[in-house]
Amino acid sequence: MLTSSLILIPLIGAALGLLAKGNNSKIVALLVALVNLVLTGILISQFNPAGGVQFEQNCSWIPSLGVNYHVGIDGISILMVLLANIAGPLIILSQFNRDIERAHIYNALILFMQAAMIGVFVSLDGFLYYIFWELALIPIFFLMLGWGGPNRQAVTLKFFLYTLAGSLFMLVGFVLLYVNSGGAGFDHSVLVGLQLDETTQRIIFGLLFIAFAIKMPIFPFHSWQPGAYTEAPTQGTMLLSGVMLKMGIYSVFRWILPIVPDAVSYFSTLIIVLSVIGIIYGSWIAIRQKDLKTLFAFASFAHVGLIAAGLFTNNAQGLQGALIQSLVHGINAIGLFYCADIIQNRLGDRLVDGKGGIRLIAPAFATLFIIVLFGTVALPLTNGFVGEFLLLAGIADYSIVLSGVAGLTVILCAVYMLRSYQYVMLGENSRSVSFTFPDLVLSEKITLIIIAALVIFIGVYPDPILKLTEPAVLQLLEQINA
Amino acid sequence: MNEFVGGQVPFDWYLYLSLVLFAIGVAGVLMRRNAIVMFMSVELMLNSVNLILVSYSSYTGKLSGMVFVFFVMVVAAAEVAVGLALLVSIYRNIRSVDIEELKNLKW
Amino acid sequence: MKDIVDQSAQFALSTILIPLLPLLGFTINAFFGKHLSKTLSGALATLSVAVSFILSLTIFFAAQNDGFSAFSVEVFEWITAGALRIPMEFYIDQLTVMFMLIITGVGSLIHLYSMGYMHDDEGHNRFFAYLNLFVFFMLLLVMGANYLITFIGWEGVGLCSYLLIGFWYKNQEYNNAAKKAFIMNRIGDLGFLLGMFLIFQNFGSLTFTEVFSKAGNYDLNDGMIVAITLLLFVGATGKSAQLPLFTWLPDAMAGPTPVSALIHAATMVTAGIYLVVRSNILFSLAPDTQHVILIVGLATAIFGAIIGLRQNDIKKVLAYSTVSQLGYMFIALGLGAYSAAFFHVMTHAFFKALLFLGAGSVIHAMSGEQDIRRMGGLWKYIKVTGITFIIGTIAISGIPPLAGFFSKDEILANAFAHSPLIWGLAVGGSMLTAFYMFRLFFLTFCGEFRGTEEQKHHLHESPATITIPLIVLAVLSIIGGFAGVPEVLGGSHWLNRFLAPVFADNEILSHSAHHLDHNLEIMLMCISVAAAVIMITIAYVVYVSKSVRPADDQHQPGGFAKLIANKFYVDELYNAIIVKPVMFLSNALYNFVEVYIIDGFVNLLGKGAVGGSRVLRLAQSGNIGFYFFAITISILVIILINTLS
Repeated sequence: MLTSSLILIPLIGAALGLLAKGNNSKIVALLVALVNLVLTGILISQFNPAGGVQFEQNCSWIPSLGVNYHVGIDGISILMVLLANIAGPLIILSQFNRDIERAHIYNALILFMQAAMIGVFVSLDGFLYYIFWELALIPIFFLMLGWGGPNRQAVTLKFFLYTLAGSLFMLVGFVLLYVNSGGAGFDHSVLVGLQLDETTQRIIFGLLFIAFAIKMPIFPFHSWQPGAYTEAPTQGTMLLSGVMLKMGIYSVFRWILPIVPDAVSYFSTLIIVLSVIGIIYGSWIAIRQKDLKTLFAFASFAHVGLIAAGLFTNNAQGLQGALIQSLVHGINAIGLFYCADIIQNRLGDRLVDGKGGIRLIAPAFATLFIIVLFGTVALPLTNGFVGEFLLLAGIADYSIVLSGVAGLTVILCAVYMLRSYQYVMLGENSRSVSFTFPDLVLSEKITLIIIAALVIFIGVYPDPILKLTEPAVLQLLEQINA
Repeated sequence: MNEFVGGQVPFDWYLYLSLVLFAIGVAGVLMRRNAIVMFMSVELMLNSVNLILVSYSSYTGKLSGMVFVFFVMVVAAAEVAVGLALLVSIYRNIRSVDIEELKNLKW
Repeated sequence: MKDIVDQSAQFALSTILIPLLPLLGFTINAFFGKHLSKTLSGALATLSVAVSFILSLTIFFAAQNDGFSAFSVEVFEWITAGALRIPMEFYIDQLTVMFMLIITGVGSLIHLYSMGYMHDDEGHNRFFAYLNLFVFFMLLLVMGANYLITFIGWEGVGLCSYLLIGFWYKNQEYNNAAKKAFIMNRIGDLGFLLGMFLIFQNFGSLTFTEVFSKAGNYDLNDGMIVAITLLLFVGATGKSAQLPLFTWLPDAMAGPTPVSALIHAATMVTAGIYLVVRSNILFSLAPDTQHVILIVGLATAIFGAIIGLRQNDIKKVLAYSTVSQLGYMFIALGLGAYSAAFFHVMTHAFFKALLFLGAGSVIHAMSGEQDIRRMGGLWKYIKVTGITFIIGTIAISGIPPLAGFFSKDEILANAFAHSPLIWGLAVGGSMLTAFYMFRLFFLTFCGEFRGTEEQKHHLHESPATITIPLIVLAVLSIIGGFAGVPEVLGGSHWLNRFLAPVFADNEILSHSAHHLDHNLEIMLMCISVAAAVIMITIAYVVYVSKSVRPADDQHQPGGFAKLIANKFYVDELYNAIIVKPVMFLSNALYNFVEVYIIDGFVNLLGKGAVGGSRVLRLAQSGNIGFYFFAITISILVIILINTLS
């Protein structure tokens, strides 16, 4: 019941928020998101890492197809649920002092999106999962189209069609799984128990993975991403990069690794190589990007490449790294895009060039920004390091050469992050006219301080989080290698 | 000529007749440009099929063929009603029922 | 066994407190710095490091007892993933204790110095916060019980270095230097990381004690060990500014002078040496790597010294001198003379910190001027600085009985035992050292004052907070060498005996120790000292008797001298072959590959769909006759196919 209420509360909240007007809707949305966060806290406190699937609810839905409403949380989904629920309040809080037209609809869509994404993370029935997966596309479509940048129509269309095309493959994949189950249904446990032959596994792997690869995205399925991240409204970008792309990562954990393990070992080299190419490619391009949001988009792409590579290393370091890095990347991406938004809010654009001198007049912002930035650069004792270290260690276990190439991200990330920070924040005003940059207001400060605190806390003491997922990961590895 | 013994028309002949009627109908639809003539040709095709249905029904002694003929006739009647009404309406608009003139509905 | 338990229990608290106190100082200064007065914030920062120093001293004295043995203190579980278990754990042995003493000792002196030096800076409190943070990370680096904790410190000091080089962030040149330092360090860090991964794969652990106890299973020059040590050495070249990753260090002089003294001379740059000495068992197993280290060290020592000859910025001279001296330490490491390397780390920390602080005092007196061409004759204005500076200069030149002599001599003796050629080159480098250091001294302190009248008017000795650290460091530079007086000079080499347990498990080392003949050793000493004296004399003749002045920027001589003055164009070279192509490729990848190929392909699909529909819709001609015809033909075709099959 607790699990279902995590989905239901944002939905109800979205409906409630529609009734409120203007800024009230923001407060309603924030309260709803906070309630959900508290519930998540309760859930984690009661969670037993070694206990498999918990907080389960399973009732028949469409008996003739064997479809059930089956939700539950285990060590793999718990971090994702946590991420979605940390992200929710932060994203809502991040627009508190912004003028947003039709704010009640905006916030309702955010909550709707949150509900759908949590639904994806907790579904244990393939059919239900697919519905939530597609459902999540609807609010982000309207967010982008309704509140996006000047080039939003073309970009939204591309994003929508691209992901929809991927989903189609996934649908076929699930139908194939259903057929192979002999009509026993879509339940996760049923699908995991299937004994598929090699060829079928590879076909299903291909079908499912294309959908996930587009969502993450993995090189070369990424070209929707920079545009979408750039044109979406800030909160939309946060939802996309912070949480939505984790749907792809999580889905590999849930629907690929345990179900088609032989195909995974068959394809792993290819995918790790593709991911590593993506890391280098994304980082390299990020160096010379002019728009901060596009720059962070390519950075995000590079970081996700590392996670994707870790997913297929078939060892505990890689998988654990992928899980914790998903959480961490979500938090950091929200922080980075928020910083870009703050700059745009003050100065009217997000270009790297022609700025400078902000640190002089907005020290609080500068400090919080650089903490988030170093989290992204994966400095030890910040949250980014733990995941990146584990991921690289996992890849090294697979191949030290690939790890070395993937490790170039360590250098390149420092290059593009420090470079953009230097030109935007440091130095003196390079404009011809003087400019004003009011330092953070309360809601901005709270948002960024929470993010900065998470950056440092998770970096210093990641063990509780790793312990939450460890038994589930080890069990998954046993399943794969059985 | 012993097929005529007993005053019975041989079964095959019904089939040949329907085939000829159907072919005439197809040819009419394909070749004529007047919409009303085309309409009539369509009716001819329908009736050729009706003929086959009735013949088979009589030949096999089962009634379902007859029942289908009634269905077809009902549908044909409805079709005539709607179709002729459309044609009248078109004629009122463009003073013609030549299908060469009726090709605005494209792309 | 009982002893070990007792020790770790006895010192657990101090062990945790030692790094924690500077962290606490950082926290207070970072969060409440705005509300503290300058003196209070500086005093807090200094005190936190000083208390750590005292706590380190207690461990140091305990380590003098025979019963002392290395111990570990676990604080909490940090990372666990499958077989990888990394606790936040400290490991204290003799090597660590010595490094802790240097870091907190020299560190607290430099903190004290900074209280005077940075007093008028608006970012005063921020400065102390960073400085404390640096000490914390540096302590973590040397105290970590496994490679990953060391790596935290390793990257952490890089962060502080970045923050402190770019401390005056209004100047984009300084920011560039900071960024360059961070990125070049990261190149090395990647090597360190990969080395760690290989260690974990082969040894199943990253904990020092476990790794080293299993190292005996490997043969000499085993490919894996060579790979591991080479990767670790790549990390060391980045942090310790060796060829080819040295160019960040001279640029790092953009930071405030105390930073140059603490981070870029005494402590952080010696982290690479720490790493190699710590992993001495692995490195001794890989003579191939040692050869590489020897060559790189030697090349850096000479290269740095040559460039130092023609630098005119007082801090740049010292920076290249640091590069060169670090090269000497790596020569020692390449020779397997680990304790000699550490000895030089220690004495270098004393005299180089002294020289940098002295330079800071000079700059302070000169109202911010750093160009030695506009100094001169400062001796009579700033006596304390001058006296301490000459002590440091003599020490680095290797004149007995000052500290530099003993440590450098030990390296030279080892070099001779290995090959006279290396000895010769090393002596040549040290001759250059003596020359450029005395050139610096003579140009700064002797002759006529060449600055502006205004500068002359402001010339003054620095306050006590600045001179006291100078004096203390000068004393240490004089007596520091006596920690390692070799047997041939009647000493007992206390340092070698103290550090012996660190190398006790290194069997290769104990077999390969070489002893030079006593007479030969004394002769070598005489040669190197004589060489240094000759060079000092030459410097005296050139810069004092003949009063030669370095040329202005407009009148630079050509040829080799120009090459040196321009630092062999290494920066320009890196810019041309690395930075520019990287930037160019970044643009090219985006503008060509991304836009035209990858996105182009996706757009092509979309355009294909649109184009296809444009073609297909032509079939929708509106001609009813055609439709009928198409229907008929289609039906006929279907019937035909059905009949045929």
